[in-house]
Amino acid sequence: MAEEKRSLTLNMGPQHPSTHGVLRLVLELDGEVVRRCEPVIGYLHTGIEKTAENLTYNQAVTVIDRMDYLSPLTNNLAYVLAVEKLLGITVPPRTRTIRVMFSELSRIASHLVWLGTAAMDMGAMSVFFYCFREREKILDLIEMTAGTRMNPSYFRVGGLLADLPDGFSDKLGALLDEFPTWLQNYRDLLGSNLLWVERLRGAAVISKEDALAYGLTGQTLRSTGVDLDLRKAQPYSGYEDFTFNVPVRQHGDAYDRYELRLEEMVESAGIVRQAIERLPDGPWHIDDWRIFPPDKHQHVERDMEALIYHFKLFTQGFKVPPGEAYQGVEGPRGEIGCYVVADGTARPMRVRVRAPSFYNLQSLPLMVKDRLIADLITAIGSIDIVLGDVDR
Amino acid sequence: MGSLEDRPFLLTSVDRMLRWAQKNSIWPAQFGLACCAIEMMSTAAARFDLARFGAEVMRASPRQADLMIVAGRVAQKMAPVLRQIYDQMPDPKWVISMGACASCGGVFNNYAILQGVDRVVPVDVYVPGCPPTPEQLLDGIIKLQQKITAGGIPANRGHALAQTAGRP
Ligand code: SF4
Repeated sequence: MAEEKRSLTLNMGPQHPSTHGVLRLVLELDGEVVRRCEPVIGYLHTGIEKTAENLTYNQAVTVIDRMDYLSPLTNNLAYVLAVEKLLGITVPPRTRTIRVMFSELSRIASHLVWLGTAAMDMGAMSVFFYCFREREKILDLIEMTAGTRMNPSYFRVGGLLADLPDGFSDKLGALLDEFPTWLQNYRDLLGSNLLWVERLRGAAVISKEDALAYGLTGQTLRSTGVDLDLRKAQPYSGYEDFTFNVPVRQHGDAYDRYELRLEEMVESAGIVRQAIERLPDGPWHIDDWRIFPPDKHQHVERDMEALIYHFKLFTQGFKVPPGEAYQGVEGPRGEIGCYVVADGTARPMRVRVRAPSFYNLQSLPLMVKDRLIADLITAIGSIDIVLGDVDR
Repeated sequence: MGSLEDRPFLLTSVDRMLRWAQKNSIWPAQFGLACCAIEMMSTAAARFDLARFGAEVMRASPRQADLMIVAGRVAQKMAPVLRQIYDQMPDPKWVISMGACASCGGVFNNYAILQGVDRVVPVDVYVPGCPPTPEQLLDGIIKLQQKITAGGIPANRGHALAQTAGRP
């Protein structure tokens, strides 16, 4: 009797330890080989874009935070810059530099979570503990500045939530001094680990053409040899004043992406150091009470006019002239962009987000076709998706 | 026969013994939803070290877990899945609702998010915050341990609830 060849359909997720969130994959298997992989998304759909339409411009910062929750500050930056574009305002140099500094700190924090969880997927448990231990130090800095560890909503339209606190630069300096030893640790743990190297090399490969056609950004694109980083290509928030490199690799595989992320952390630390060293003095917000609230102690408690402005801002918000603006920034996962449409009221008419994880996830079926299931786990880890970012 | 105190004996009731064992070996399901899940991971990691409370063994399979930490916002699409995972957990089982979203919908009062996970599963401890800090989650777990020690949580509660909701 001729043996009939049948494929097996396997459901993976939405609750699965290796899907980095609530991702569901429908796999068609031929033995252990994946013939087809279909991501099913929407298990974390939060309606963030819709919710933002019902909030005033500054309130919307809080929900934008909660999309890509590993690096909330880069989400903030895209949104805040888009609104500032619509308003036609420029923030003072100090604000710009602080924004750059925190964006880079969150990039490092985000890559640390990636490294820890990706290594855990491969069975290397201890890396997770090291990465999270070190991430705590960055979270401490964010907490002492913005008051909360995650989702700080620190960037506001026209400025920041608050200036840097006392003792910040000392703490940051100490962190930067020990940063090289962190990286050396990870390289020692993983770089010479044969299991790690063998499982990543040649896995989850994507070609340059496909990467461009699928609209991939971030390390997934840069691992294929395309040198695209918005910080260089379309500098924003004063990135043009900083010296840094954009590492690029050629093979387009998971190992390249791992190396890229490690190198990016080094570059980010360099940017942070430059930022703190030449942090300009001066105001940290714009001086326009119609947009940025007057200082409570200095003005609101003494001046009737300031009180009125303050009250109006917090009850009604500020109006933005009709128009539309797009701002893309280079987040830890790629280009995160905010497209804001204003209709002249105090609430955005539409906030559309270009989420890098959503685009990068599209490449997954391509990467794992005709590969083993084990490579699928590597691939999910290597594209570094955040489901909050995919589903929004 | 002298007093029992200097003998190698420990007198207790089976019930108390069981509760003591349950309290100190809570196995949470490894089940994260959104931002809060990252804080849950931080709680398990080096600095906060959930292992101090005997609850660090995160199980990937609900069949091996007895605590479900609902860490994050529950989308409408996820709610039936969440209930299924809960049903797959063996009794006795407990639920911690972690964060504003899981407890009441949080900042997302909209069409997409379930306004509180207690609409689909019974919740034992609510942990406030957005996200709750790891200390807060630890506090929630300690509260749950106290609840377990005090007893009074019916062992087959999930089943009873399913019946009242008209489910099989
Ligand atoms: S409570 Fe806050 S941190 Fe937790 S899932 Fe909801 S939005 Fe995220």
